[in-house]
Amino acid sequence: MIIGTIVNGVVIDHIPAGRGMELYSKMKLDRLECEVALIKNAPSGKCGKKDILKVNEEIKINYEILGYIDPRITVNIIKDGQRVQKMHPALPETLIDVIFCRNPRCITSVEQEISHVFRLTDREHGVYRCVYCDAQADKKEK
Amino acid sequence: MRSLIDILDLSKEEIDDLIGTACDIMDHPEQYSEICKGKKLATLFYEPSTRTRLSFEAAMYELGGNCLGFSEANSSSAAKGESVSDTAIIVSNYADIIAMRHPKEGAPLVASMKATVPIINAGDGGHNHPTQTLTDLLTIYKECGTFDNLTVGLCGDLKFGRTVHSLIAALSRYTNVKFILISPDELKVPDYVKDQYLDPKNIEYSETEDLEAVIPELDILYMTRVQRERFFNEADYIRLKNRYILTPQKLVSAKKTMKILHPLPRVNEISVSVDDDPRAVYFRQTLYGKFIRMALILKLLEVQ
Ligand SMILES: [Zn+2]
Repeated sequence: MIIGTIVNGVVIDHIPAGRGMELYSKMKLDRLECEVALIKNAPSGKCGKKDILKVNEEIKINYEILGYIDPRITVNIIKDGQRVQKMHPALPETLIDVIFCRNPRCITSVEQEISHVFRLTDREHGVYRCVYCDAQADKKEK
Repeated sequence: MRSLIDILDLSKEEIDDLIGTACDIMDHPEQYSEICKGKKLATLFYEPSTRTRLSFEAAMYELGGNCLGFSEANSSSAAKGESVSDTAIIVSNYADIIAMRHPKEGAPLVASMKATVPIINAGDGGHNHPTQTLTDLLTIYKECGTFDNLTVGLCGDLKFGRTVHSLIAALSRYTNVKFILISPDELKVPDYVKDQYLDPKNIEYSETEDLEAVIPELDILYMTRVQRERFFNEADYIRLKNRYILTPQKLVSAKKTMKILHPLPRVNEISVSVDDDPRAVYFRQTLYGKFIRMALILKLLEVQ
């Protein structure tokens, strides 16, 4: 696959530099059979450096995960070699099994089958809290 | 079908309604003595809390209902590894309403997602304890006659004490309530509590380490205990535990009408010599706790 020649697929652009791999694993792109490219530290006028993910297949995009990583990410849908749509993910209201509660006192720490659910409690600062214990999501990944 | 997991699940109007019902029960207990006949309350206590459990059970018995349940995890299905969800589904077949106490935060919420009967959070770790907050509110209402225009002093562990945070959240909905937050620097109210409940509504509050300096201003003095399990270091615990001890001498400059509340059990933060002071209402508070739980059971069971 020659980078930049996606025929039918998705280009996820303006990923904060260093977080492309995290997005790759959170979106479970490793499970795809098609061509997938992760470009790290591409130059970007907007934010200095950025990561880019290119997927040569029409995939269902989880905007929750993208929005959580950074709402400034852009999603470009490519059809027949042309960009047909460009979107920004919004900061999602809830995140289900995207991030995990690390509070050892939380019920999710002892009952493994419970989904880890986080709710956006402060849109301005992008603060998420666990719905079970109200612990604030760890922002270290950002 | 509704559950009560967090005090903020209830609107201000619903809380006022519950307080109204509780007052009516106190005035006319005979009218309520058979109202829950044939209904059962399950008390699922995964950790012991005898006072809270007895309060719930007494509440249900006084409504003419019955109780079943367990009082510690060792004697329950949890000891065999059953999930909270499964237990909630099964107990829904046996009881009309469930009061759950659990050492893990969020367990009653998990239960409420699967149960087919209302769940009351009777305390989930140090997280939420909405019936304690309802108890505090009924106590304030009965003792002061209003929530408006009160100056409320909260003293002790204001950092980890979630009952304090819930009380701030609930009282912040009333008119012209002023808070004085009295704690050592290490145990101050966390910023997110101020950001969520005080600052957006421009509620007046001040922070101090000096109880005696502010005691003359207070209409309510809410004392809390410092919990050992919150500290890694025994020396810190002992130092902070002994920081505020309410004695008759400290009460000399307080208003005659001030009321002293405490969620109990106390350790040493209120001297027993204060117990006979007419301003000490913390034992009456436990009686109010039973009446507000009666009102809550009626509301969640939708009994008229
Ligand atoms: Zn949690």
